Formats: sequence, C-alpha cells, structure tokens
Amino acid sequence: MKRRADGFGITEYLVFTVITAAVFMVCTCVGSVNIALSDVIESLRLALNGGEIPAAIYGTYNILIRVRLPRVICVALVGAALSLAGGAMQGLLKNPLADGSTLGVSSGASLGAVIAIAFGIQIPGLAMGGTMVMAIAFAFLSLLLILSLAYKLDATLSTSTIILIGVIYSMFTSSLINLVITFAGEKVRNITFWTMGSLQGSTYTNALVMFGALLVFGGLILLKAGELNAFAVGEDNARNVGVDVKTVKMIVLISISALIGVCVSIGGTIGFVGLVTPHMTRMVVGPNHKKLLPASMFSGACFLMLSDLAARILLRPLDLPIGVITSFIGSLAFIAIFYSSRKGK
Amino acid sequence: MKQDNAMLRVDDLTVRYGSHVTVDHVSFSVEPGQWLMIIGPNGAGKSTIINAISQGIKYEGNCYYEGRDLAKCKPRERARDLGVLSQNHFVGYDFTVEEVIRMGRYAYAPKMFSQERDKDGTALVEAAIEKTGMEPYLKQSVLTLSGGELQRTFLAQLFAQNPRLLLLDEPTNHLDLIYQKQTFALINEWLKEEGRAVVSVVHDLSLAKAYGTHAMLMQKGRVQAMGTIEDVMNPELLNATYNMDVYQWMGEMYSQWK
Repeated sequence: MKRRADGFGITEYLVFTVITAAVFMVCTCVGSVNIALSDVIESLRLALNGGEIPAAIYGTYNILIRVRLPRVICVALVGAALSLAGGAMQGLLKNPLADGSTLGVSSGASLGAVIAIAFGIQIPGLAMGGTMVMAIAFAFLSLLLILSLAYKLDATLSTSTIILIGVIYSMFTSSLINLVITFAGEKVRNITFWTMGSLQGSTYTNALVMFGALLVFGGLILLKAGELNAFAVGEDNARNVGVDVKTVKMIVLISISALIGVCVSIGGTIGFVGLVTPHMTRMVVGPNHKKLLPASMFSGACFLMLSDLAARILLRPLDLPIGVITSFIGSLAFIAIFYSSRKGK
Repeated sequence: MKQDNAMLRVDDLTVRYGSHVTVDHVSFSVEPGQWLMIIGPNGAGKSTIINAISQGIKYEGNCYYEGRDLAKCKPRERARDLGVLSQNHFVGYDFTVEEVIRMGRYAYAPKMFSQERDKDGTALVEAAIEKTGMEPYLKQSVLTLSGGELQRTFLAQLFAQNPRLLLLDEPTNHLDLIYQKQTFALINEWLKEEGRAVVSVVHDLSLAKAYGTHAMLMQKGRVQAMGTIEDVMNPELLNATYNMDVYQWMGEMYSQWK
C-alpha cells in the first residue's frame, strides 16, 4: 500500500550514485593485489592532473590506471547496459524472465562477432567496428527471428514458449560459434570468452564506446519508459491507450540489440545480468519503468562490478570468467522467479 | 441506419487467418446515442470485429471514425476518440490500481518540449475513480484484485481516457452477477452524455436485450441480421442462428425464479 512517486527523483539518484560510487571504489581497491584507498586516490589524482609518479606507488599506479581502472569502468557500464536492456525487454514482453541470455540474443550477437573476427570483417578506421556492427546486427536479427517464431507459436508469448525457443536458439548459435572457431583457429578468442564472458583486458576505448552506446540507445529506451509501462500491463493495453505499438517496439528492440551487441563484442556473453538485477530492483522501486529503468542501470553496474570482483579474488590469482559468477547467481534467481510466478497462477 | 450521421462506419470488413475467413464482408455503422450489441454463437467472428476496429489485427476493408480512416489515424489521436476494453486482463507486474488508471491519460500526455499540459487529466481521473468506486483500492497492487475489481480498474482507465466511442469485448465475461450488473449500469450511465456510442460483443442475450439499442446478429463471420434490438432479437432469427429454440429456453430458465 506504499505510495510511489512517478519519476526517479533527485534523492533516489543521489542514493543510487553514492552506493554505486562506493562499490566502484571497493572494486578498484580490492583485487589480486590490494591497494590502499589513499594510494588509489593519489593515483587517480596523478592520472587526471599529470605529474611525476613517486617511485613508492609506481607499481600500484600501473596496475590501477592501466589494468584495473579501465576494467572496472567497463564492467560497470556493461552491467548498466545489460540490466537496462533486460528491464526494457521484460516490460515490452510483459515477461519477467525475458533477457538477452534467456532469449538467446546474446548468443546470436556472439555468433555475429565471431563471424566478423574469423572472416576479417572490418570497418576502416574503427578498431572494433566490424565486430560490433556484426554483433548488433546479429542481435537484432536474432530478436526478430525469436519473437516472430514465438508469436507464430503462441500469440500471448507465454514464459514457456519464450524460454523454449531461447534455449533452442542458444544451442543452435553455440554450435555455429564452435564451428566457426574450429575453422578460424588462432584469430578468434577461445570459446569460454564467448560463452561465459570476461572483461579482463578491457581498455579505455572499450569503455568510451560502451558509454556512447549507453548514452544513445540507453537514452532512447529511457525516453520510452512511459510506453513500456503500458506494454508491461499488456500489448493490447498499450494499443488501447494510444501507444504507437509498432514504432515503440521497433525503437526498443533496436536499442536493446545495440546495447547487447556492444556488450557482447566487449565482454562476451555475460549471462543473466539483465534478468537478476531488474527483478531485484523491481522488488525495491516497483514496476514503474520511469523509476525501474534508471534504478536498474545503477544496480546492474553494482551487481556486475561485485561479480567481477568475485571472479578476480575467489581463486586469486586465477581470474575466473565473469559469467561463471553471474550465471551461477542468475540460474538460482531464474528458478526463484519462475517458481513464484507459477505459484501465483 | 443512416450513413451520413455515423460516428463509426465499418465498410466491407474481412479478416482472414490463413485460409480461414473469420469475418466475411461485414458492413455496419453506429450513430451517437446507440449501443450496438454484436451477438451470435461461438466462432461467429464477434471479437475479431472489435480487434480489427481497434487496429489490433490486419484486415481488408475500411473502418471510419467520423469519416477518418482509423488505419491511417495516429494511435494517440485514435485513442482520444476510441476506447477499447479487451478481454484479456492478465497484468504481469504489481502496478498499483492508480498507476493503471492513470495510463488512460497517455494519449493526452504532453510530448517532449511541448508547452501543452494535460489540463483535464486530474479531474477526469478523479471522476473515473469515483464512478467506478475504486477509491479504496488506489494504492493496492493490481495482482491482488479479484476479477471484478480488475475489470472496474480497466473501466476506470477507459473513462479517464475519455473517448467518445467505446468498444467492449465481452465486458462481463467471467464476472459475478453483481459485477455484471455494475458494469452494464456504469456503461449505460456513461452513454447518456451527448455524442457517445457503444459497440459491445455480448454472449448473454438477456443483457443484450436489456441494454442494447441496436443489434447485429452474426454467424460464421457473416451478418445474419442488423437493426434495432427488437427487430434483430426475434424468435425466428435467433432460433435459426443459434440452432435451437432460444425464446423457449430463456423462458424456461427465467420461469425457475418465479
């Protein structure tokens, strides 16, 4: 019976920003080598303002600024993007179990990326351009294929239909990815990267690209938050109240594909992030997308940063693929959501 | 029915699912003040007509609202004139009743960078809540509502939307008697205001007879009869369409209560 304000207010932004910043700092301090917070701040100051690096922190400075910082930034942005894409998809399809990984969109994007690398598809002047464009295109084509198949089989897009098709499609694309990798050999990163994901070795360029995608496509999704509310009640409801159903669906699906495509080309398939975080966020802020989507971005960033931290320190110095952590938590969450949604009927 | 005064005019509507024709060259029109009941046995294509007019499915032919082709109308503009109550009301997430009712104002929400404001919004939402008696439920999650309460929530959303023509697809399906009565009384009340009309698909012939001004009797996608409620709901037509003695059956049913 609690009252919920319509939008995401200043207070909420402030709270979520502070939490995210705190998680960010923890994730930069802790790792294979723990770095004192004072050294982190000093290194950040030096990196931003320039100046002589004291010999005492030279080693930590290198680890922090060259390796860890770009990685944590990338992780945060990828987490935010995946979570936003998942939240948008769950609203659009009125299904809390919809997500890039459950629908097979991420595997589709991986296939695109792998083909681009194996066949040397490149866009002159853009380092990862070819891979990214192919990943986005394949993500979008996968979405179209999966959804049109699902609509054909069952117009209400019930959970079991979506998941069944998602599973089959993922298996299909995985087999193709394996095939391409077998033939391409050295050029393509190993299969674990594409199936489990990793943000090891991320660069500032990666972060910049991810940030740009989030700004453009994330922004587009956020602008459609009101429409997504209507969709979350039902597509009929959206049409009845006057939503331009076709256009909105297209804009949201393209934006989702773009976000997932960029995420996959940077970090491989990181499963279940878009499933777990919007769901948990919804339990806190409610289903109104004007609140849910911005909040999900913050919680997605936090969730993935912490998962990445776990991946880095659990078997230190071994660096686990990040998807090992997210999929482990995600599958448990999936069962919990599926169970409670079934029980409610 | 005259053509010139029509609010809604459906012209040669045909709907196909694959090779199966569910609605077969249907034409009709609705004038202000009318409540058109679409009746007929299962599979007659009644709901499909509502789906087509509300642009939920592909169709051949034309649907005009006051002379404007609905297929070419912008969805927001269409929603200001045309309100639809669909049959399926399963809500996926725990929105509050108030949130769902307020969605009815979507078509009037100011666009980005626009100076307009939805001036009448608050008053209309409040009136809709009052009319449907949803006041005590406003902060409650829609997932906790009974079928009747959920139906009233969507009816309130529809009233807040303030359309001039209502399209209702079996508005009292699965509802208890008390809610059937409430829903029809509410819609009847709504219709009293000038320049409004209702088209509804109804299974219950008694309800159709009690509230309708006009009726369209359908069978297997075709119109069997059309006109005032008295003209259409006569024994010969109903018996032939429903393939049974409707009047005798209804009489038998109601005689139980005497």
